[in-house]
Parts: sequence; structure tokens; C-alpha cells
Amino acid sequence: MTKIVIDNVWKEYDDRVVLERVNLALDDHEFLVIIGPSGVGKTTLLRLLLSQETPTRGRILIDGEPIAPEPTADRGVVFQRYSVFPHKTVLGNVMLGPQWAASPVLGRLFGARRRALEARAMGLLERVGLADSADKYPAQLSGGMQQRLALAQALIMKPKVLLLDEPFGALDPGTRKSMHELVHELWEENEMTIVMVTHDLSEAFLLGTRVIAVDRPRTDPQAPERFGATIASDFEAKIRAVRDSHRFESEREKLRLTLVSSHDLPADGPAVRALVKD
Amino acid sequence: MRRIINYAPRPGVRIILAALPFIAVLAIYVLASNARLAVEPNDKLMPALATFWATLVRMATTVDVATKTYLFWWDTWLSLWRLFLGLGISALVGLVLGIVVGFIPYLRSTFEPFFAAFSLIPPLAVLPILFIIFGLGEVSKIVLIVFGIAPFIIRDVMLRVASLPTEQIVKAQTLGASTWQMISGVVLPQVMPRLIDSVRLSLGAAWLFVIAAEAITAEGGLGYRIFLVRRYLAMDVILPYVAWITLLAFLMDYVLRRLSAAAYPWDKIKAA
Repeated sequence: MTKIVIDNVWKEYDDRVVLERVNLALDDHEFLVIIGPSGVGKTTLLRLLLSQETPTRGRILIDGEPIAPEPTADRGVVFQRYSVFPHKTVLGNVMLGPQWAASPVLGRLFGARRRALEARAMGLLERVGLADSADKYPAQLSGGMQQRLALAQALIMKPKVLLLDEPFGALDPGTRKSMHELVHELWEENEMTIVMVTHDLSEAFLLGTRVIAVDRPRTDPQAPERFGATIASDFEAKIRAVRDSHRFESEREKLRLTLVSSHDLPADGPAVRALVKD
Repeated sequence: MRRIINYAPRPGVRIILAALPFIAVLAIYVLASNARLAVEPNDKLMPALATFWATLVRMATTVDVATKTYLFWWDTWLSLWRLFLGLGISALVGLVLGIVVGFIPYLRSTFEPFFAAFSLIPPLAVLPILFIIFGLGEVSKIVLIVFGIAPFIIRDVMLRVASLPTEQIVKAQTLGASTWQMISGVVLPQVMPRLIDSVRLSLGAAWLFVIAAEAITAEGGLGYRIFLVRRYLAMDVILPYVAWITLLAFLMDYVLRRLSAAAYPWDKIKAA
């Protein structure tokens, strides 16, 4: 369970107010999309969630705890560009996070643990469709493949929240479409919270379960930077009860098929638990 | 008729064109030398190519009476030793200080202006100070090279560190990297190709400092020999030595370039 609360957050640079009175409570397993005009502070809001910047006023809580004042492993990120390390191979990029966690000085695993990690990383690369390119360098990949790699690299750390800063902004429409599907599937499989910034409305409503628009409600023509942007509107794009019922139906169908095909209850029973849960 | 910039030579023609200036210079020298030798057979300013060769063979294969060494190889060894030690220390100092100062904001604020000012001190102007402090031996020559080159390398490495995208550094932190892990795993490997490049660019300056220091005081060395035989107008020694130094510098540059390509293949891919 991951709950994010943004509590009356302001961001000011000297006299310039970028964000003001931002309040938001986000449930577990939501796909929040932040939209708004260019330069209004969408990315600033994402950077605050990432702790790349700190709020001037207010606080941000994840599960009731204030977030760390610097980027940490509980919040993964994929930027529009430069999200992968050009000096590492595709496999090396994915293995980086776990190796850093396991080996503080060398940043490198050896022997059986390395092979286990390699297998895990290859599994993830398989999932995002990059298994064939494991030995290539990022510069040899297309833009879409680099973003897939960045996703795999972030996901191997199992972050509570995945932050996406216009991740498909530099991709061609075909690639963009397949990336939408991939991100949506990954979001359902990993049951995590995703916060994405985009300026593409159709993308926002295609992927998001909740869409917020950031804009300046007040403007002073004499001093355009006097007032900042805040959440101007907040849509529940996909109603949670409907989502839950869809999931419940599909799990029940799966279970029914298992029962029909084998007459035996599956030994590892997650499907049974799902039935009882709701 | 296309614009002149749109005419490009074919590969074969390109090699011939590249060789032309070398051949031209050599031909002009031979013609001029022949003309002078025809008037005065003992002319010392422009000896014949055969004289160069004879002098080189003599210096490389006969033991010098005074120093009990093969002068040519002894000079080469001394100069290269000074050059490599000076360059090596400069590269190491440049790498460590450049990364640490370039990456850590507090150190950066403290030392960046200092390094900028320091790198503007003309090294040859402080050579007398080095001689006074470190004596006339090897130490002062090595220090001169380091003094002349390390500030340049430090600043170059710092620029490279600063040009790493912020996104990469933030991403590394979201993957749980500590400062040390970011330095060793993200910054250092990406700075190395640039370090090799800046050492390549420093080769010319390094030779300048070696020769300048040797010219003033030394027991041997390529620069020492050139300045020693200047008194006898011994062009038959000076010109082959100059050509030899040029060849050595070219070889070092070539080896460094190949090393960079072999050790950091991703850097070449990115450039292409």
C-alpha cells in the first residue's frame, strides 16, 4: 500500500511563485497524470515528488512519512532523455541498482549472486522486449528502446512510486502507442503508483486513472510571476470501483478455467485469496 | 558548377593529397641543400640527407667517450622518462581533483576560482622558483610539467563532470547510489575518455616544458642535446632530433587514441 499526500505545498524562487496551495491525496495503485500548459510547473511538481527540489512551504508524505530530502530508491524515475547510462550495456544498466545496493564499495557482484541477478535482469528485459539487445550500448538503441530500458532499470528496484517526466515526448506515434501498452501492463503487473507528466491530453486520459490539470487560477497583468499554479481541476478518469470489479471478474474467470480444466484447486492459491478479498 | 565545398576527393586521391605537402617540403630542402653544398661542400646549415643518416647511426650505435652511453638512446630515455612521469602525475592529479572538485558543490565553490587563477600562471615564469626550491635535478623538471599541465587537465575534467546530464545523476540516486558509487560508477567511467583526450592535447605542451627545462640544465635529454650542439651549428644533429621528437609525439598520440577506442567503445559509438 502506497499513499501519497501533498499537503499545502508551495514552491517559490525568490519573488517568483511557481506553485501555490497544492493539495492532493493519492490512493494506492493509482495512475496519476499531470497535465497543463508548458512552463506552468508540471515538471516542478514532479521534481518535488522526486526530492530533486524541496518545497518552500508545505510537505509531501508517502504512507504518512515525510519523503527524504534527496532522491532515494523508493521513488523510481524515467525522464524524457538521459535516463540511462551511456557507458553501460543494456544488461549492465538494468543490473546497476541491485549491484549498488549489495556492494557498497565495488558496486559489483560476483559468482552465484551475479548470475542470479543477471537472470532476474534478463527476465525484466524479456518483459520489456529488449532481451535481444542485452549486450548493446544505449547509443545503439532507438528512442523507444532506450525508454523501455529506462523503465526496466527503474522497475528492478521495485519502487513504491514510479515518476515519469514526459517519457514519450520524444517518440514517434507508433512507438508511443506500444509504449502506452507496455506502461499500462507494467503498472497493472507491479501494482504500484505511477505519476506521469505529459502535455498530451489523449495520452493522459488513455493511461490515467486520475488526471489533474495544473494551471494559474489568478494572474496579475502587472506582475505575472506574483501568483503560482495550482491544481485547477481533478478528474477521476477511471472509477476505482469499476476497475476493481473488472479485476475481480478476470480473476474469477481465471479461477473458473483452472477449476474446469483440472478439477484440482491450485496449490499456490493467490486466486482463491483474491476471491475472498473483495 | 557546384560550390567548392561540395567537391570531395576520392579516398585514393585523399592519400596522395595528404602526402603532397610532406613530399614538397622534403624536395625543397633537398634542392636547397644541394645548391648550397655545390657552392660550399662544408656547409653546416643545410646538410645532405646522407649526413643526417650517418650522424644518427653514429649517435645510436657508438658509445660516447665522455658519458659511456649510446647518446641517442640515452637522450631519448631521459626525455621520455621525464615526460611520462610528468604527464602521469598530471593526469592522476587532474583526474582525482577534477572529479572530486567538479562533483561536490562545496568543494567546487571553494576551489574552482582558485584553479582558474592558478592555471593562468605562466609555468616558465616560475621555473626559476622551482629551481630554487627543488634544486637543479629531476624534481624541478617533473614539477614544471605538472605545474604546466595539471591545471588544464583539472579544468577539462571538471567541465566534463559538469556537462553530465543532471538526469543521470538523479537517476543514479533513485537507484540507491551513494556519492562514492556515483563517482566510481557514473562519473569516473564517463570522464576517462575525455581525460585521455586532454592528455593527448597536452602532449605538445609537455614536450615544450621538457625541452625548456632540459635546455637550461640537465645531464642529458633530447632538448639538452639540441641546445648543446647549437654552439657548433650542428644541424646534422638538431634536425634529426627534432624529427625524432615529432615522431615520438605522434606515436604517443596514436597509442592514446587507440587505447581510448579499445577501452571505451561506447564513447566512439556515441560520437558516431
